Amino acid sequence: MTENLLEVEHLHVTFRKKRLFGPEHAVRAVNDVGFEIATGETLGLVGESGSGKSTTGRAVLQLVPVESGEIRMGGRDVAGYKGKALRRLRAEMQMVFQDPYSSLDPSAPVGASIAEPLRVHRGQSRKDSRGRVAELLDLVGLRPSHADRYPYEFSGGQRQRVAIARALALNPKLIICDEAVSALDVSTQNQVINLLEDLREQFGLSYLFIAHDLAVVRHISHRVAVMYLGHIVEVGPTERVYTRPAHPYTQALLSAIPVPDPTHRNRDRILLRGDLPDPSNPPSGCPFHTRCAYAMDVCRQVMPEMTPIDGGGATACHLQTSGPVLKGASLAELGMPGRQRLDATQDDHRPSLLTVSDGGRTIGDEK
Amino acid sequence: MNLPSAGRRSRTDQAQTAVTDDGSLSPGVDPHQPSGSESPPSAPSDSAPGTGEAAAPVRSPGLRRFLRRFASNRVSVVALGILFLIILAAVFAPWLAPYDPNAIDVRNRLSAPSAVHWLGSDALGRDTFSRILYAGRASLFAAATAVGIAVAVGVPFGLIAGYVGGRVDWILGRAADVLMTFPAIILAIAIIAATGPGLTNAMIALGIVYSPRLFRVVRSATLGVRAETYIEASVSIGTPAHSIIARRILPNILSPLLVQISLMLAAALLAEAALSLLGLGVVPPTPSWGNMLGNAFGDIRSSPFLVWWPGLAIAVTTLCFNLIGDGLRDSLGREVRKGD
Repeated sequence: MTENLLEVEHLHVTFRKKRLFGPEHAVRAVNDVGFEIATGETLGLVGESGSGKSTTGRAVLQLVPVESGEIRMGGRDVAGYKGKALRRLRAEMQMVFQDPYSSLDPSAPVGASIAEPLRVHRGQSRKDSRGRVAELLDLVGLRPSHADRYPYEFSGGQRQRVAIARALALNPKLIICDEAVSALDVSTQNQVINLLEDLREQFGLSYLFIAHDLAVVRHISHRVAVMYLGHIVEVGPTERVYTRPAHPYTQALLSAIPVPDPTHRNRDRILLRGDLPDPSNPPSGCPFHTRCAYAMDVCRQVMPEMTPIDGGGATACHLQTSGPVLKGASLAELGMPGRQRLDATQDDHRPSLLTVSDGGRTIGDEK
Repeated sequence: MNLPSAGRRSRTDQAQTAVTDDGSLSPGVDPHQPSGSESPPSAPSDSAPGTGEAAAPVRSPGLRRFLRRFASNRVSVVALGILFLIILAAVFAPWLAPYDPNAIDVRNRLSAPSAVHWLGSDALGRDTFSRILYAGRASLFAAATAVGIAVAVGVPFGLIAGYVGGRVDWILGRAADVLMTFPAIILAIAIIAATGPGLTNAMIALGIVYSPRLFRVVRSATLGVRAETYIEASVSIGTPAHSIIARRILPNILSPLLVQISLMLAAALLAEAALSLLGLGVVPPTPSWGNMLGNAFGDIRSSPFLVWWPGLAIAVTTLCFNLIGDGLRDSLGREVRKGD
């Protein structure tokens, strides 16, 4: 766990939409993102929808064009690779996609899908790869005879196992799991996650584990990076990030994890107001200031730098360096202006649509 | 000529819209197997009736399901059977025909159907039955040529346009639009006017004019498949584009393509008949259904049956192609959407 397998620095991805008339429309999906993954390590990448986490994963594989930045795989900067070099590189990193229903060709037997990397990179015919395909199916807990079946004959979890077998075919060093278990139900999720962990130990794999389910990420990741609006706002060892978050967004995200205990219903919870800002027109300064309970003047003007945090990792927040200075401590050290009782928040700030009381009811009291 | 061609047009248009639906169809949630309970070793063997071990004659269950569905469509099966007989009759015409199709027998001219001339004889005393059999060769071959060329031109460009997209798609799309503006038969007549009567050039021209229809169907279906995650998965594996197109896209757009081809065969057959009827297609004395029809006009009062036979041959064959096309459309392409 000492050597970094993957190092990403200053990664930018911008989607441009050119119209025939009118201005160019540019969306900065990934903005100055940097992280590293050691050999055998799992880095969790979390954030809400639209935060750029999937795009980051795709950019590492260069499935989306990288605008600028460095992607170093085993020391080589691979960001500009094209053609043959890129194809050879792709043998070292593979991807497992979110939707197991659409990530396998419905008109091909799963054996052919698993054999595809072997055919492309090693020139193996169907016959040559038969043994390896059987081995891979066995590895992911399916039977070799399943190779002749079609995807529609499998359940979601089994399809995801097939997708994992396909990703493993070339003995890659890094597997990018893009919401790999999000489409599965909880019991299946556990099986697939256990499979991923077994495989990591067996082959010394590294994972970039992209997910929005924080409980899953906590379980599988050694370190976690939190993304907001194309930026990494906090990174650190999983336990530190989960127990002592240092960025207000991380704190809000964690407070949104449902607790399966009815007695905890009225626990403190942070409600973020408003929506994710339009990524084509991001706010100035810190991208989170529009929804941050601690926002200060400096947040609206200056983009915060990454500051190391006690206990490992770093965060990009002005609270660490100016204003109520935390100097590397976690947010818990601060008073809690953003923390309100959940029930109180609802009564105070939301116009009720339907109230049922003793005397009668009010419906849509705005009108 | 107007009526059938109008009918044909609307039919193809229908097919096109159906195709767009099929093209963008997404492999929906599998109804048989809720992803809930997962027991990898046993579940698929229970729910899938012996696909792996049995090694049935039909390899893919999708194909088997298609065949079952097509077989339940009686009309299409009958149409397929009739078409098969027509093709056999044309292929084996030299063995089946009782007379030389060009043997003139002036004494027996315009004879009514009889034991000697089963379908009668024409103005030169040639045996109509023999000529109908031989004419099938020219007519079917002409239709196949036109559609073959349309496939050879339209399908690769459609795949490229749909897969690559962007500027390439735009340029190919506009080129297709330009070709679409040519009225097929008029263009074929113009080409024949330049090169002299003869079907080969006309059918090549017809094929090129038809190719944009296939181009559009293939392009829109490709666009739909292109957006599927399994294509991105192939890209992430490092599979080269030509291999993705041939192995991942083509098999998944085959159903709309087959429907379109069968309907186009009907259209091409009618076009050949129209050209030959006008004396611009197959050069006499070689028979084709179209020029037999044209020759029979002169004697329509005395021997109306001379018009019946080629007309019947054209109508039945065209109908067969269209019915098969309908059957294909109804039984293909729902695998993923509906399960069964």
